[in-house]
Amino acid sequence: MAIGIYGLAVKRNAIRMLFAIEMIVNAANLNLVAFARFIPNSQGQTLALFSIAIAAAEVAVGLALIIVAYRMYKNIDIADFRSLKG
Amino acid sequence: MVDATFLAVSVLTIGSAIAALEIRSMIYGSIALMITLAGVAGFFLLLDAPFVAMFQISVYVGSIAVLILFTVMLVRRELIFNKIEDPRRRYAGIGLMIITMLGIGTIIIGSGLKTMEVDAPPVDFREIGEDFLTYYSPALVVMALILASAVIGALVLARREDVTTDQRAD
Repeated sequence: MAIGIYGLAVKRNAIRMLFAIEMIVNAANLNLVAFARFIPNSQGQTLALFSIAIAAAEVAVGLALIIVAYRMYKNIDIADFRSLKG
Repeated sequence: MVDATFLAVSVLTIGSAIAALEIRSMIYGSIALMITLAGVAGFFLLLDAPFVAMFQISVYVGSIAVLILFTVMLVRRELIFNKIEDPRRRYAGIGLMIITMLGIGTIIIGSGLKTMEVDAPPVDFREIGEDFLTYYSPALVVMALILASAVIGALVLARREDVTTDQRAD
């Protein structure tokens, strides 16, 4: 999780930031399953399964946004994504 | 000090995570991401959760990492190489990383959990499947709707407006 936070804070390439977000989500899922090992029922693993599936949907939307931004700016450096700046 | 398998899987996962962020070529970076996700699936197997491990491999490594690889191949490489981060930002990022690790580490070590040996039997995956279809079925339906709408949204966003197919033949 710490590596993911480092990547999210430092990198300016939009796809590397997506890598970092995926690492953070995976670290959270791993924590969930690890602590669910101590509890006899199956709720922790079920929540982890839902979380993996929702993360799949989020990655699809994020990649579509990166593709649209690439078409508009011809670049995926996030310092250039400035059109919302007031 | 600890179990050799755990050490090997953790070295693999952390090493490929660092490699995924630092390697110059994006394609090698996304392959390193695949190895990271497979390492996390290995951790799930070590935790007696084979269903979640197989789910992780089939969803993350099988579809998400492949999707990222395709997207990386669509972006032209020579625009990305010469971005050098600000060194102050990198030191701030490393500081944030160390603070996070120390914080979470003290919480986990201070909680008094010694080993992973428990007497409770591991969860049977059939039980997870039963729970999915009976108790969690509304959540399953909502999840399916979310996935469908995400796919439709991604398709709409990525659609090209300037390329039109001309249907009139004469």
